Amino acid sequence: MSPELLQKKEKIRKRLEPRIKELKFSLSRIKKSPLSMVGLCIILFFAIIALLAPVIAPPKYPYDPYRIPRYGYSATPKPPSWEHPFGTTEGQYDIFYGVIWGTRTAFRIGFMVVGSIMVIGIILGSLSGYYGGIIDEIIMRIVDTFMSIPTLILAMALVTALGHSLDKVMIALIIVGWPSYARLIRGDILSVREETYIEAARATGVSDFGIIFKHILPNAIYPLLIMASLDIGAMVLTAAALSFLGLGAPIGYADWGQMISFARNWIIGPPGKPLAYWYTVTIPGIFILLFVLGWNLLGDAFRDILDPKLRRK
Amino acid sequence: MKMTNYIIRRLLLIIPVLIGVSIIIFIILSLFSPEQRAAVFVTDVKQLRNIQSVIKKHGLDAPIYVQYFRWIVEVLHGNLGWSKTAERPVLDAFFYFLPNTIELGLFSAPLIILIGIYLGETSAVYRDKPIDHLSRIFAIVGWSLPSFWLGLMLLMIFYGYFSGLLPPEALGVQASLVVKSGNFVRFTRINTIDALLNRRWWIFLDALRHLILPVITLTIIDCAMVMRIMRSSMLEAMGKGYIITARAKGADERTVIKKHARRNAMIPVVTVSGYLFAMLMSGVVITETIFDRKGLGWWWARAAIQLDIPAVLGAVLFNGILFVLTNLIVDLLYAYFDPRVRLG
Repeated sequence: MSPELLQKKEKIRKRLEPRIKELKFSLSRIKKSPLSMVGLCIILFFAIIALLAPVIAPPKYPYDPYRIPRYGYSATPKPPSWEHPFGTTEGQYDIFYGVIWGTRTAFRIGFMVVGSIMVIGIILGSLSGYYGGIIDEIIMRIVDTFMSIPTLILAMALVTALGHSLDKVMIALIIVGWPSYARLIRGDILSVREETYIEAARATGVSDFGIIFKHILPNAIYPLLIMASLDIGAMVLTAAALSFLGLGAPIGYADWGQMISFARNWIIGPPGKPLAYWYTVTIPGIFILLFVLGWNLLGDAFRDILDPKLRRK
Repeated sequence: MKMTNYIIRRLLLIIPVLIGVSIIIFIILSLFSPEQRAAVFVTDVKQLRNIQSVIKKHGLDAPIYVQYFRWIVEVLHGNLGWSKTAERPVLDAFFYFLPNTIELGLFSAPLIILIGIYLGETSAVYRDKPIDHLSRIFAIVGWSLPSFWLGLMLLMIFYGYFSGLLPPEALGVQASLVVKSGNFVRFTRINTIDALLNRRWWIFLDALRHLILPVITLTIIDCAMVMRIMRSSMLEAMGKGYIITARAKGADERTVIKKHARRNAMIPVVTVSGYLFAMLMSGVVITETIFDRKGLGWWWARAAIQLDIPAVLGAVLFNGILFVLTNLIVDLLYAYFDPRVRLG
């Protein structure tokens, strides 16, 4: 290796060293916190299910794998059997297939919605905090307005207007969800805007864009990640509630919320066997609960581990 | 004098949010076709038979800003349109469904706040002890529970397994017959309170029996937030100088916690009560749907499914106003009790 290349390598190593050190520190903290390990394991478990869905539950309709296969048309659910490990729900939809492929739906909703609201929140929050004045005033009034209406009710109204489908649910949740991110980023930018290192960067001629993305955002990224982790759970929960109400996924689509709405008429079994149809409601519900719990545990642990104000204590 | 200034300033702050809410509602409204929008302007189902005349009369094909002002004038006159799911004008339907929802809130809000504060405080006082871990796990599981699933599970057990012990709906068949009959005076239209005022104890007990499951569902889901906030603010308060002073003066631990730490720690809980109300309303939509309690949430959920636009937009408006008002009251109380706010 030429000395030039070695020098370059050394330079990169030096630049990355503090970051690697911090990452190692964070990882060691995660390992020490049992709750965050549980959260991480739950998420990994679901990630594996989502990735291996075609192997675990081979689709009956390969061109449309999210359609839950039906085994007959009788309304009465059938209990778990060798063929249908979790039984079939109303209309003979296979519960096992539904919950496995529903994992993919949940990840898609969580990542799409939270990813989008993070981007929108970062852009609008940066504009608002960095430029201040009239832009700030307008954006913050919009944020106030959105935050004054309960998430579920505004999402319901939007879905009514946009149409009942899973994509529309995601759009509605994005419209409802961005304001809290914009507010968080704005607050962070306001608190560091007058710091001397920002002034120094400005004096050396770094552009506004560079200052926001290189100097301000990296300092604000941890609270953002914590909020995102908690929000993936919350958004999946709201989407499931909308599907449950009949405003989300079309009938027969692999979606946990909708599978519970199938079970609504089967809460009580025939006389003498009140819990005969327990599997129709219990199983999809446990999937939602664990998925959301995983993200919440992770987010909660992140809060203690990643927050620079708390981490070294 | 300072207080009056503060009140005026605070009242002026409401205006942009209310205008914002009206704009959001109007934007959602303009996503619909004029034919669909017509329902928002009529007060009588007969008018809907001649939609073209409604469109013409209210200028639904006029430029968008003209439409907005016409719509605002209608709203300010209390005309929110015709709700087809309730089969009456939106404002009437609102007052028709309100009592059942108030009843639900009346029973669950105090429970949510008391249990939340108690758990948060205990968990902060016994930090890292088993009770702390237990209540934190309770909070995080409550936070993650799908409310609709919890409600259905409770029904499966307490209505199915214990055959009919805690049934859905707001009243039993017999009780609702009596309530609807002539010799039962409906003072407030809130079942439990009316039953007490009429001295019909068995109706009161029946109404209570129907309330237990929805109240439990709402409480488990929502008290997690109160608990979390209380715990962290209690931890913060316990580290403050005045606590050390109190201990140094020889106050016993109970007085320190009750008189010095708890009072200060409760301020953040009061501050978020606006959000608590908003969360309660979201929860009400789900619980009322599951338990078939005919209240506001039940109506809104049905309205959203059946494309009852005026009802859904009325829900957004109502919740916006509720949030603004609760926050206003909280802020004014806050300023009244804490001179730093009003003078700062």
